[in-house]
Amino acid sequence: MIAEIGHYALLLALALAIAQGTLPLWGAGRDDPKFMAVGSVAAVGQFAFLAIAFASLTYLYVVSDFSVENVAQNSHSAKPLLYKISGVWSNHEGSMVLWVLILALFGAMVALFGTNLPPGLRARVLAVQGWIGIAFLAFILFTSNPFLRLSPVPADGNGLNPLLQDPGLAFHPPFLYLGYVGFSVAFSFAIAALIEGRVDPAWARWVRPWTLAAWCALTLGIALGSWWAYYELGWGGFWFWDPVENSSFMPWLAGTALLHSAIVLERRDALKSWTILLAITTFVLSLIGTFLVRSGVLTSVHTFATDPARGLFILMILIVAAGGSLALFATRAPKLKAGGLFAPISREGALVLNNLLLVTACATVFLGTLYPLFLDALDLGKVSVGAPYFNATFIPIMTPLVMAMAVGPMLAWKRGDIKGVIGRLKFALGVGMIVTLGAWYAMGGQVLAAAGIGLAAWLVLGSLMEFAGRIKLFRIPFAASLSRLRHLPRSAFGMTIAHAALGIVVAGITASSAWQTEKILVMTKGDSVELAGYSFVFAGVEETEGPNYTVKRGTFEVTLDGRDVATLTAERRFYPVRNMTTTEAAIHTTWFADLYAVVGDADEKGGWTVRLYHNPLVPWIWVGAVLMALGGLVSLTDRRHRVGAPARARKTAARTKPPGGGARPATA
Amino acid sequence: MTRKRRRLYFVLFAMIGLGAATALVLSAIEDSLVFFYTPTDLAEKDIPKDRRLRIGGLVAENSVKRGADGVSVKFIVTDLTNTLPVTYKGILPDLFREGQGVVAEGKIDAGGVFRADAVLAKHDENYMPAEVADALKKSGQWKGAPAP
Repeated sequence: MIAEIGHYALLLALALAIAQGTLPLWGAGRDDPKFMAVGSVAAVGQFAFLAIAFASLTYLYVVSDFSVENVAQNSHSAKPLLYKISGVWSNHEGSMVLWVLILALFGAMVALFGTNLPPGLRARVLAVQGWIGIAFLAFILFTSNPFLRLSPVPADGNGLNPLLQDPGLAFHPPFLYLGYVGFSVAFSFAIAALIEGRVDPAWARWVRPWTLAAWCALTLGIALGSWWAYYELGWGGFWFWDPVENSSFMPWLAGTALLHSAIVLERRDALKSWTILLAITTFVLSLIGTFLVRSGVLTSVHTFATDPARGLFILMILIVAAGGSLALFATRAPKLKAGGLFAPISREGALVLNNLLLVTACATVFLGTLYPLFLDALDLGKVSVGAPYFNATFIPIMTPLVMAMAVGPMLAWKRGDIKGVIGRLKFALGVGMIVTLGAWYAMGGQVLAAAGIGLAAWLVLGSLMEFAGRIKLFRIPFAASLSRLRHLPRSAFGMTIAHAALGIVVAGITASSAWQTEKILVMTKGDSVELAGYSFVFAGVEETEGPNYTVKRGTFEVTLDGRDVATLTAERRFYPVRNMTTTEAAIHTTWFADLYAVVGDADEKGGWTVRLYHNPLVPWIWVGAVLMALGGLVSLTDRRHRVGAPARARKTAARTKPPGGGARPATA
Repeated sequence: MTRKRRRLYFVLFAMIGLGAATALVLSAIEDSLVFFYTPTDLAEKDIPKDRRLRIGGLVAENSVKRGADGVSVKFIVTDLTNTLPVTYKGILPDLFREGQGVVAEGKIDAGGVFRADAVLAKHDENYMPAEVADALKKSGQWKGAPAP
């Protein structure tokens, strides 16, 4: 019964998506408010029905209704409740339902909070959201229906892949999808603007909060995924340049570029076509990510679909979305009125540099990710492009970006004074160099890694100094600085946090990649081994039971100069339902390093293979990533960014309002 | 500055960026492309010995032997037509088993032994690496996907 309700709700949602994709568009073309208003109602209704469908599926998982094929394939009655719920989106069908649910959520939010949008623009945006909804709902209903019944009903389910039974991974997909799908709003705004043939600063102001929200979620989603890989796969690494990782990273790079180019569009009425193109590219990359991960062309933990019909369907969606939007762009973009002028050395110029570097970096990742697929498709052999390629291309492109990141925010709009800015950054430059030399001396050589740490220090300090400059810290009385601080827009706080956070991430990545130490050996109870100054004493392995697995738990007593530091317990869990073993690494985190231990197989003589790591600064990667997302959130609370903030008279918008532009009178 | 000049700067900048990126890509991709071979490919084709490559197939039954130090492992990879001895030092992935598919990355030494520095994990007990499935199909030993 519940499954049928869910199925029916999906069908109704499709019907509403069709209404949402057509009627408002027709209404907007004829300037008919009644038809335009259909968009909002349909968007909210579509979300309501998808919420019912999703709730039904969740209910089926929670009560373990194995008469539903999807539940029987992916769940098991002995699974903890958290993983019964996360099991809903840990399989192909359920994850697609989550995908459209989030899509509809964004559509409903545009409908509810977008009341200050001109009705024509809102109707068109909702219509484009409707098209995306139609495509993916049809995909679910025709190729990936999660509500299909199974006969005969099995006694118990297949269980969820034990690698996915993990709190880090339970929340990784929802955040990732909030990011991926959140960029659909920017895409819809871009398409709507192309249909209307007008892009102006007001448009950028509407798009920015959505893009920022999506970007925050995607940042968190990627960080969660990499954290999971770090502690669950037991390889001591956090990023493998795996195609699946890359496919979430490419929209992030393009989305970051979009965030910054939209600033130029909002403040200076420039980079119009470029911003539109970026909005399209970002969402198309999200679709490519969905295609790569879901179609089965890549083999990984994410690849559930092996049915070629599904891959083909997503490929068709991708081709129509990318081809259609780019064709629209090609015909409409030349008609966009070119905007303001600026000198190369200026805030805008710095943001353009940011965009060029981010897009280039994105392109190299794209090439490395898809090259093996092209070769395979052309039958030229099976290859893989390894981490060396990505490190050799990505790092040289990102280095100038990080260097420029401290300078750019200090440059004035229109015409900046680069010498003055460098002069003001002398302190950061000096500290960066001292840190480089210090790291080079302390860690014994490795010039590039030392320079990476110095670069991180430069960025953190540069960002903080830019902030201090805004409140004129130490240059005017402290109370006056505090007063300036109070009146500073939230977006200024957000930018400083996010930029400095990237510096922290850079330091973490550099140090953990360059100075990780590793030991693999066989230990028997009582053995001890030295690693990075720490002494690890192996206290043996004991066997116990978990809720749906058995555990072999190895314990290490770690001491430093005779003082106790930590007790590490690494586990090997065996899941009988799937006949699968997983590794749970033991991790002791200090502020400056992780001690990391993994227990492997036993040999005949009672010894255990163990792998020990000392990972310097690795926690900084995730601390930094979370701070970056936090910076985005702080920025999102800025009055000017608040989604659905009441319309205010804006000077820039008024200045650029085209004569006789009637469609947008309420807000211009 | 005129609009044309500005556009020129923008394009010039983009070209320099693209040029640098292309140079980086071309120099990097040449060295880091890792080709995949089956044991039969290795037996029949002349494959340069100094290149990194990936091999794949099934782990032969009763072929896994641990070395005296306890952390090095020897096993034989087969596509059921030809075989290839492999050595590896480290912890094998959780799902490494005899009779199951495996992909390894490394180099072939002078004695024809494949020295792997990475043995790739599978993520599921039913899952067969696509390369391995193709290798078995090529050697005519494919018997369909393992039953779930």
